Amino acid sequence: MSAPRPYTLIAEISYRCPLHCVYCSNPTSYRDHAREIETADWLRILDEAAELGVVQTHFTGGEPLARADLEALVERAHALGLYTNLVTSGVPLERARLERLAARGLDHVQLSFQGPDAQSSIDFAALDAFDRKLAVAGYVRELDLPLTVNVVLHRGNIDAVAEIVALAERLGADRLELANVQWHGFAFENRAALVPSIESLERAREIAAAAQARLRGRMDVLFVKPDWFSPTPRACMDGWARRFVQVLPDGTVVPCHAATTITSLSFERATSERSLGDIWETSPAMNAFRGDAWMPEPCRSCDRKEVDFGGCRCQAFALLGDAALTDPACTKSPRHEVVVASRAPEARRFLFRGRS
Amino acid sequence: MSTHPKLARRARLRWDARDEKWMILYPERGLVLNASAAEIVKLCDGTRSLEQIAETLAASSGAPLERVSGDVRALVARLEEKRLLE
Repeated sequence: MSAPRPYTLIAEISYRCPLHCVYCSNPTSYRDHAREIETADWLRILDEAAELGVVQTHFTGGEPLARADLEALVERAHALGLYTNLVTSGVPLERARLERLAARGLDHVQLSFQGPDAQSSIDFAALDAFDRKLAVAGYVRELDLPLTVNVVLHRGNIDAVAEIVALAERLGADRLELANVQWHGFAFENRAALVPSIESLERAREIAAAAQARLRGRMDVLFVKPDWFSPTPRACMDGWARRFVQVLPDGTVVPCHAATTITSLSFERATSERSLGDIWETSPAMNAFRGDAWMPEPCRSCDRKEVDFGGCRCQAFALLGDAALTDPACTKSPRHEVVVASRAPEARRFLFRGRS
Repeated sequence: MSTHPKLARRARLRWDARDEKWMILYPERGLVLNASAAEIVKLCDGTRSLEQIAETLAASSGAPLERVSGDVRALVARLEEKRLLE
């Protein structure tokens, strides 16, 4: 089949990060891909991405600010006509550096918070970073860049959604992403301590819906579906290797940030001999779950197969050991009981990223 | 509705050579425009009123002013809802 057009490049330029988030979706084996490619490699990858049809790029990680050449990468992306997003913890970011990034064409900043207060950063990221994040949000607004506030929701902060909305309003955010934790990487390891109660989830959903209605026209409020509590799976990445192409710090090309956890696939690195476009179009791993030929029943005859694309392959692999099975988050999955059983919260006992 | 609409600070109008269409890019999203919508958006520069935009387009396309005016208002309303105009 001919490969679809990717619209977004997720450039995961470094796995280094000063935070230790217990819900981090980086694979726990992230150090296997932590060797970092050179500036020239990233510039070539940006050129190839634009050629492939990409129009947006997210500079993310880990913490993308860890790389001193971020300015050069933003500048190239901007010159290629890409809309550039910086996805950051805000640590460490001085105003002068953000000014340099803005001058080179940075379009938008997505800033993460662990919750509405300093204690949440300490509890879930093992770093007292809240005040620094507040300062960064201020710089973003002073430079007239649009600001997205992103908060991963889990059992430890989901009861504070009203306070989180208030924080985003106070910061003058353009968008608020309330992203229910997805069970990848450290979040998967910590799932028993992170899974919320269904009552908390319902309450959070109501508060988010009310905020959406109240703030319409001023701030977008997104409530990212918690697939473990939904009857249908999420359309993970809008389909495998379909709209998003992602490159890891060592140049490995993947369809999503968690894909290397699927150890039955081998992903290739973009090099001067093997381009991003070649890999996107011809790599067996990229083609593994495109279209519907790979689908088992009940997916293949499901009327939602073009809606959710069979759900998340990483989740199928993590929970069932086979990436080609129906996502067990779906109630139609013959193995759905695995997800149901995982909904019971347990006492908090965290594995902190970077502390193992 | 804005009287002199202008593309929002957070949004960028971009020609997509690959599909030969204009698109608006904004935080983590994109919107592909058809040809007539693109002509309207290109005139949303903050200096022209809704009426002037409609008159300009009616003059260049030869379409009835009333119809063009309706199209302009409908598109501006849709883009304002997405906060792509200010």
